[in-house]
Amino acid sequence: MMRARVAYAGAIHDASPATLPAPMSSAPASPAQEAVRLADGRVVAAEDVVWLPPFEVGTVVALGLNYADHAKELAIKHQEEPLVFLKGPGTLLGHRGMTRRPAGVKFMHYECELAVIIGRPAKQVARSQAMQHVAGYCVANDYAIRDYLENWYRPNLRVKNRDGGTVLGPWFVDAADVEDPAALNLRTFVNGKLCQQGNTRDLIFDIPFLVEYLSSFMTLSPGDVILTGTPEGVVNVMAGDVVTCEIDGLGRLVNTIAADDEFGR
Amino acid sequence: MLAGAGFLSIPFDIPPYRLSGAVYGALLNHRSALAALGEAANRPPYNAPPKAPVLYIKPRNTLALPGDIVRIPAGTPELEVGACVGVVIGRTACRVAESRALDYAAGYLIVADVSVPHANYHRPSIRFKARDGYCPLGPKVTARAAVANPDALTIRIFVDDLLVQSASTADLIRPAARLLAEVTEFMTLVPGDVLALGAAGPAPRVRAGQMARIEIDGLGSLSNRFMDAVP
Repeated sequence: MMRARVAYAGAIHDASPATLPAPMSSAPASPAQEAVRLADGRVVAAEDVVWLPPFEVGTVVALGLNYADHAKELAIKHQEEPLVFLKGPGTLLGHRGMTRRPAGVKFMHYECELAVIIGRPAKQVARSQAMQHVAGYCVANDYAIRDYLENWYRPNLRVKNRDGGTVLGPWFVDAADVEDPAALNLRTFVNGKLCQQGNTRDLIFDIPFLVEYLSSFMTLSPGDVILTGTPEGVVNVMAGDVVTCEIDGLGRLVNTIAADDEFGR
Repeated sequence: MLAGAGFLSIPFDIPPYRLSGAVYGALLNHRSALAALGEAANRPPYNAPPKAPVLYIKPRNTLALPGDIVRIPAGTPELEVGACVGVVIGRTACRVAESRALDYAAGYLIVADVSVPHANYHRPSIRFKARDGYCPLGPKVTARAAVANPDALTIRIFVDDLLVQSASTADLIRPAARLLAEVTEFMTLVPGDVLALGAAGPAPRVRAGQMARIEIDGLGSLSNRFMDAVP
């Protein structure tokens, strides 16, 4: 099942995928319009709702350098332990949102990632049991601004925990509906042009390892989410760019880069 | 109950009445902590002292109450206790000016930033800092109005009633208002969020069986016993 959380007409709703007939004004062969069905039965066009992160997000754990090709791209040598960092609630953003690019920065990039959502509390869980603690998946876009990198708890929050820098959605997809989370293609398009491609089979530390590793020292709770890292192909994005991250079976997560003036700066 | 959800029971009789559960801290924000690194701060892997605030997150599984036992993992002889003043946010703080920053604080509380000692700060140290119960806080939130000057608070740590460290918020590299201004330039803090201002260095160490007690002027005292992990 695919579920979203959207704001519409004064309330927050659970929503599922739907379609609306093409508008009367468009050509007769136009495809049906993307829409959502609210829990109360209303069907609303996708652009008429505000998309929120698709579940109540707890602790956000993110992986750096977890694809061999991306680690190579950044000239990083072999790691014995995953590079893990945490993100706070203020950085979260939903589908079709807007992320600020500060004036004057040279290198801001997206990172398309498979997000793994915990469903059952996980404490000292063995690898063989790990997948039983996974409730589902969604697409994540974990922005970074490399200009702010310093060598202290790198990557630090100024790089990775900026307002609106962690985009999740559009859908929460039940684990039962994802046949093999270790064989999903990831793609990122900037203004429609394919810029990043990878497959979750190339994760250095796979999902069972990460659940076992993390739960060996921190109890994971329902709603906690693991952003599993990004493959190679990150490029600089500019204000006005539309960034679409897509993962097989999970949907397309759209975000627009905005300049300071949109934010009153 | 979720791991760490006990923080919700910290008494708090001023708005916003409860903590949000988001706790951020500043590493190396006390002059003594940076000084303890000495010349190493200029050498690889760092190459230069930090320019922007170095922040970390204590996630919800770390949050603990006064009196809770802190567990020392097998193979680790002792833990570090970083004693900090925590600013509790009272109203949404985004791009606050340093001159007005403290207006956004509801109050203050004691934060014990517990870590497995680690000499290397190059990569985020989640395995060392984000273990279950590694962020006791409390015992209460003291209203901002009751703290005359957050930049002149004495922080004392006692281990088994012996004073092992005494420091002052007067020696913070970025005092509360400046840190709030720099942090909220890129990340909005909301009511109930906590920003720990940074511990003095070198942080005292505590072994199994010992009791650590942090006292801060006007904020009360926070005591936690340290015990070996149960296998």
